Amino acid sequence: MDMRRWTPSLLALAALAIVPFASSQIEAQTPKRGGILKYVVPGEFPTMDGHRENTFALIHPLAPFYSVLIRVDPDNPNSGTYVCDLCTEMPEPADGGKTYTFKIRKGVKFHDGTGLTAKDVEASFQRIIFPPTGVLSSRVAQFTMVDSVTAPDDETLVFKLKYPSGAFIPALATPYNFIYSKAKLDADQHWYEKNVMGSGPFIFEEWQPGAFVKGKRNPDYYHPGKPYLDGYEAIIAKTQTLRVQAIRGDQAATEFRGIPPKARDDLVAALGKDITVQESDWNCVLILSPNHKAKPFDDPRVRRALSLALDRWQGSKDLSRISIVKAVGGIVFPGHPLAATKEELEQIAGYWPDINKSRAEAKRLLKEAGVPDLKFTLTNRSVDQPYTIVGTWMIDQWKQVGITVEQKVEADGPFYESLKAGKFEVGLEFNCQSVVNPLVDVSKFRPDAGDQYSQIEGKDLVKLHEAMNRTADVAEQRRLMRQYEKLILDEQANNFVTLWWYRIIAHRSYMKGWKITPSHYLNQDLSGVWIDK
Amino acid sequence: MLVYVVKRIALMIPTLFGAAVLVFVLMRAIPGDACMLRMATGGGSIDPHVLEACHAELGTDQPMLVQFLAFMKGLLTLDFGKSQWSGRPIMHEVGLRFQLSLQVAIMATLTAILIAIPLGTISAVRQNTWIDYVVRSFSIAGVALPSFWLGILIILGILITSKALWGSPWMPPITYVPIWVDPVTNLSMLIWPALATGYRYSAVATRMTRSAMLEVLREDYVRTARAKGLFHKLIVRRHALRNALLPVVTVIGIEFAFLMGGLVVTEQVFNLNGLGKLFVESVQNHDYNMTQALVMMVVGIFAITNLAIDILYGWLDPRIRYR
Repeated sequence: MDMRRWTPSLLALAALAIVPFASSQIEAQTPKRGGILKYVVPGEFPTMDGHRENTFALIHPLAPFYSVLIRVDPDNPNSGTYVCDLCTEMPEPADGGKTYTFKIRKGVKFHDGTGLTAKDVEASFQRIIFPPTGVLSSRVAQFTMVDSVTAPDDETLVFKLKYPSGAFIPALATPYNFIYSKAKLDADQHWYEKNVMGSGPFIFEEWQPGAFVKGKRNPDYYHPGKPYLDGYEAIIAKTQTLRVQAIRGDQAATEFRGIPPKARDDLVAALGKDITVQESDWNCVLILSPNHKAKPFDDPRVRRALSLALDRWQGSKDLSRISIVKAVGGIVFPGHPLAATKEELEQIAGYWPDINKSRAEAKRLLKEAGVPDLKFTLTNRSVDQPYTIVGTWMIDQWKQVGITVEQKVEADGPFYESLKAGKFEVGLEFNCQSVVNPLVDVSKFRPDAGDQYSQIEGKDLVKLHEAMNRTADVAEQRRLMRQYEKLILDEQANNFVTLWWYRIIAHRSYMKGWKITPSHYLNQDLSGVWIDK
Repeated sequence: MLVYVVKRIALMIPTLFGAAVLVFVLMRAIPGDACMLRMATGGGSIDPHVLEACHAELGTDQPMLVQFLAFMKGLLTLDFGKSQWSGRPIMHEVGLRFQLSLQVAIMATLTAILIAIPLGTISAVRQNTWIDYVVRSFSIAGVALPSFWLGILIILGILITSKALWGSPWMPPITYVPIWVDPVTNLSMLIWPALATGYRYSAVATRMTRSAMLEVLREDYVRTARAKGLFHKLIVRRHALRNALLPVVTVIGIEFAFLMGGLVVTEQVFNLNGLGKLFVESVQNHDYNMTQALVMMVVGIFAITNLAIDILYGWLDPRIRYR
């Protein structure tokens, strides 16, 4: 597969489609040097190892310390284009799309002064893709197409794939793929769980567990002129009210995850021109998962009725005023070239433009299945935004076709235990990804996926998903994606997409050079951020 | 006295053991585990092999008895091992938070004492006057207002007032600096939670002081002191208040112990990286080792505080002697 041939056209389309809805103009100005950026982080990382962890709470404070091989274009993060960070240019795939050869920059140094070579990059990806016994890597499944990774010399890195895959380059650009020092890894594979030592724009300065992480400017950073900041302080603050107040009281310039519309409006009302708001569709979605082993949800007619009762088009308008959800979409991030168009969506049960017709069909199906007065429990996470809000909205929607639902809200531990053990009737869960990589992102809907809780069966989905991943033809990928989507959302009615999230970032207007992305995991190395006070 | 103290310390052993068994069983009765949480809450896919490896790493795949014996060994050697969430030594994690929690507890206790004892005394001495009514209303409000809500109001009040005064809103610092490093930053951060919790804490103590004072002021020896012609202030301060303090000391002591680990919501409102927050997070994260260690620490603090209160009784009231 020739990635370079298809990627630009695919991504140009994406650039047009995935446009962030910035409510204020991001002015092009000459960056100023200096200052310490303070921002709040709504969570805390368990360990410091990016290869092991899954949470944004690790990316926000620690990503500025590390380099990556390639990344989403920081100057145009919504374009979906990938650019080199440690490599010198994006490679031309060879061997029918099965070999990628990267040239690594010369003269890059780790923060301890040692040189970074292709051997370090190789050691890092060996750990991510083929972790040694006793080492946890959370992204092994993203690299199932990789056969080997080698560094024949200090400046060359070669990935050999088992088959050509459009999911490979986006997987490489995952922001957790920090490049570690081979020497440190050789001495102790667990060293990075408790220590930081990278080659990124900032040097680790201090960490107080539960409180903050501080970094200072790396004077030897290999991107000339960057970073602009003297340093930063990532302050852990788990309460949303406090985070918003901290921005208002200028104890922090922003938080990078996202705030609800009400908090945005409060900040704008309180701070006026001193606050800037950037908004974007968000590559996270709430998924409704009926338990196929629990009666009557073993009957596809009942499951289908659940989706038909939801007026997603109106719900998008109403809920986006109070919650962090907005876009109506199928299983692929809305706006991506592989996503369903509005016309295609309207052919799927639950997305029909006429809600009365849809609800009449829902009632008919319930009656036919012998459960016209269906009652069930919706198992939900005890997280307001957007779980319980969307859950409450759905209960009202279902009520309109005669379904009575009780919402059972659980803390994360019991919630995931219920899902894992199959002790639920219908659950509301989520899928949240960093790089928009639909071919990998939709693997959640496969029966054999580790996070597929609906206990679905059948090999047709697996075959379709694998076929999608093994073709280089974008049109073919799109065609297969529609079949896959139709099976999941309509014909088999396995899982249902509710509404896609909507990301709102309010930051102090003196913070410049940061651009919103469709993911709270991306563009967080802060190398381009500067302060204009 | 020494024999009494030794006996009391010996009695702590079954208390600690009972608490240890209880927390061990209860933690494992909560559905879910740290590995699943860590992987599922990130939103990505979960690899069953990674999950299995994680369980092996944390030791949660071991039989219950093995886990319990390891916990008991840790308890006896005061080495609770590593956090199952962060992998860091528990004593290090607790130590970081301990100084903050201790400072807030001391400041809140001092605030409470400074409010409660004078107000409770005045309220009793001026019983059924307007002063008494004001003090009683003030203390009832303190009991009724949750301290976290008061904390939110304090922050909002500071934001609004500072904007009105200086044109831009200001709020207290949200990262802790030890008092010996930067006393101004330290106090400007901690004074507000100390006030919020100290006020609530004082409300109970004020009412207790008032009741105890009313009782003591009706005692025969107070009447005798008056008959002897002693000054009113001297009677109140030297003869009545000292004897009325016994129940007040109990309340203050228990509240102090509670403040060391129970300021969960207030810590979140003011972003205090204290023991209460660590406690809740360790339960939420299914971090068995950390929760067990914290429970044992809080049980220990309560036991020691109770012992200290009993010893203080003897000093306050010489009639009380322990054998």
